[in-house]
Amino acid sequence: MTRHTIVALVENQPGVLARIVGLISGRGYNIESLNVAPMPDPAFSRLTMTVPGDDRVLDQVTKQLNKLVDVIAVTDLTRRHYVNRELVLVEVAAPADKRAAISTMAARFDAKVVAENAESLTLMICGEQERVAEFLGMLKPLHILDLSRSGMVALSRIAQE
Amino acid sequence: MKTGADCVIEGLINAGVKTVFGLPGGTVLDIFSKLYHAPIEFILVRHEQGATHMADAYARASGEVGVCLVTSGPGVTNAITGLATANMDGIPMVCITGQVISSMIGNDAFQEVDTIGITRPVTKHNYLVKNVDDLPRILAEAFYIAKSGKPGPVVVDIPKDIQRATTTAVAPAEITLRGYRPVLQADSKQIDKLADAIKQARRPLLYVGAGVISSNASEELAALAHRAHIPVTTTLLGLGAFPETDPLALRMLGMHGSVAANTAVSRCDLLIAVGARFDDRVTGKVSEFAPHAVKAHIDIDPSAIDKCVRVDIPVLGDVKQVLRELLGKVAPMECSEWLESTARWSAENPFTYDRNTKELLPQYVIEQIYELTRGDAIITTEVGQHQMWTAQYYKHCRPRSFLSSGGLGTMGFGLPAAIGAQAAFRDRLVIDIGGDGSTQMNIQELVVAVEHRLPIKVVVLNNSHLGMVRQWQEMFYNREYSATVLKQSGRPANERITPGAGAQEKYLPDFVKIAEAHGALGLRVRTREELIPALKKAFAAPGPVLVECIVRSEENVYPMVPPGASLMEMIHSMA
Repeated sequence: MTRHTIVALVENQPGVLARIVGLISGRGYNIESLNVAPMPDPAFSRLTMTVPGDDRVLDQVTKQLNKLVDVIAVTDLTRRHYVNRELVLVEVAAPADKRAAISTMAARFDAKVVAENAESLTLMICGEQERVAEFLGMLKPLHILDLSRSGMVALSRIAQE
Repeated sequence: MKTGADCVIEGLINAGVKTVFGLPGGTVLDIFSKLYHAPIEFILVRHEQGATHMADAYARASGEVGVCLVTSGPGVTNAITGLATANMDGIPMVCITGQVISSMIGNDAFQEVDTIGITRPVTKHNYLVKNVDDLPRILAEAFYIAKSGKPGPVVVDIPKDIQRATTTAVAPAEITLRGYRPVLQADSKQIDKLADAIKQARRPLLYVGAGVISSNASEELAALAHRAHIPVTTTLLGLGAFPETDPLALRMLGMHGSVAANTAVSRCDLLIAVGARFDDRVTGKVSEFAPHAVKAHIDIDPSAIDKCVRVDIPVLGDVKQVLRELLGKVAPMECSEWLESTARWSAENPFTYDRNTKELLPQYVIEQIYELTRGDAIITTEVGQHQMWTAQYYKHCRPRSFLSSGGLGTMGFGLPAAIGAQAAFRDRLVIDIGGDGSTQMNIQELVVAVEHRLPIKVVVLNNSHLGMVRQWQEMFYNREYSATVLKQSGRPANERITPGAGAQEKYLPDFVKIAEAHGALGLRVRTREELIPALKKAFAAPGPVLVECIVRSEENVYPMVPPGASLMEMIHSMA
């Protein structure tokens, strides 16, 4: 089971996102993460989704998405080269004796402390998917109070068929 | 200045619409007000589901886009089954729905539902009109989307205030949709590959589906089959694409398909799928479907290719165009050994039933209907055993003459479908074949046939059961007929129905009386001798007729490929 990265260029209209999500979940597939925002031309939006599944299943997902009138182009980037980033905000418990160690570890990952109080530190990391995964792994022994992920954003020229 | 309602009428006229089916309500009053003066025939139904099936069958029979008009809320929800039916079978339809005024949307207003949300999974596309200036363009787009590529139903939801608002906008001269460009021109290299594969094949087979009919490609298909002498099998929805009286016709394949067709699929070395989607009723166990064959797939829908079965030669494009090009590349040929085998399988394994009995059997009724009409009628069916027997015992020779709910399997389709087909072709004989269960579902539409002088013939094969489910219960659930008995005796204990003591039990409802109550002629047939005179009388009658045939209950559809089995594991009896 591979985690597939799908990017799509869609019409920036109400209901388009609902249609895409409805189609995918209606067929029993799971959207693990989703990110969408307008392009410089506000008539369009660009969408990045990660969907776990086997190649066959994802081939169908991509074809079904392509059929939608509001979807202009869709590509499964999984086996290609693409630039990707994800932004994560995580609040960890940081008692006085652990604070320094946490800050040092964060710095190694280029993560920043964006907020703090007496009990906790809020860290922000923005990085490639493997790096983010490593960072989150490092946080496991700590007490995570809250976490929010943006989901992956991927950039690669979408082939227009 | 014209109103949104004017735009709707204009849009329909521009699209060449001659007939609309529907039922009014508060949120469509403005459109109906304009319709009153419009040069469009309006057929008022008694249930919105009826309107959708009528529009659907009108499209199946004529090739044009079927149109229905319903109100918001319950009007829309009543239409869902019909939309889903059309969506599964790829039928071009435009369904215009009223909606509460824009400022009330989302407020749980009277007769409000989230039409776009509810219809999204059962339509090819849908629109909520937010600005009256968009309406002419949206209507033009709706018709374009409905009938292009793989056809499908499109819903246009119009709030009441939009219907009343005024605009000077006009429909665009050309439709350009950035995200929707159906492939029409196939890749010639793929067609070359296919031509080559045909040349090399020793045991080729054409597996033909609804796409051939939808693309109006029967002539091209026949030309190919005859030039290369390739036997033809069709799916349920492909019936009529190739004349079943042709020596190359192997009849329907799949779960209730013929021995010849299923055997040919299992032994062929080249399977050419034309406008068919490898549905599970056809393939049986997918891993054992056409195991020795190179598989080619001609289809207009890119998502159908490689969906269920891996194919070796995909050809994405319009079936008619592809077949035309292919014909130019295929030389006459004949694999005589293969043809002998397929002809032998056909001759030695026809569809059979107990011909020795004196009882009236449903298969016999259908055979007599075929004999009397010589394959010339438009046949609609409901869903169940009778549907399968109609596929088997009626020889389908013309496209757009067998109208049946295949993908969704909607009981209640047949009777309104006959009305829709008759509305498209007033001069043809239209016969609906249904069971006693299915026919009750939209029986109320019978009065529509009477009023509009649409002389449909409804044949009810009454076996007092929900037959297909009963068959499965007999085969797989220990003969426990749970909720499948429609007469009063023989019901399971949990249904707590005790037949009245003393008086002779009568099957309810009385179909003959129902027909008469609706203004149609009702006939009842109990014996073989009564059948032909009754059918002749029905077919010659000037108005709608219902012919109820009391047939043997425990008849099963054979052959049958049980669920999960491969096509060669056909069952022929319960022995």
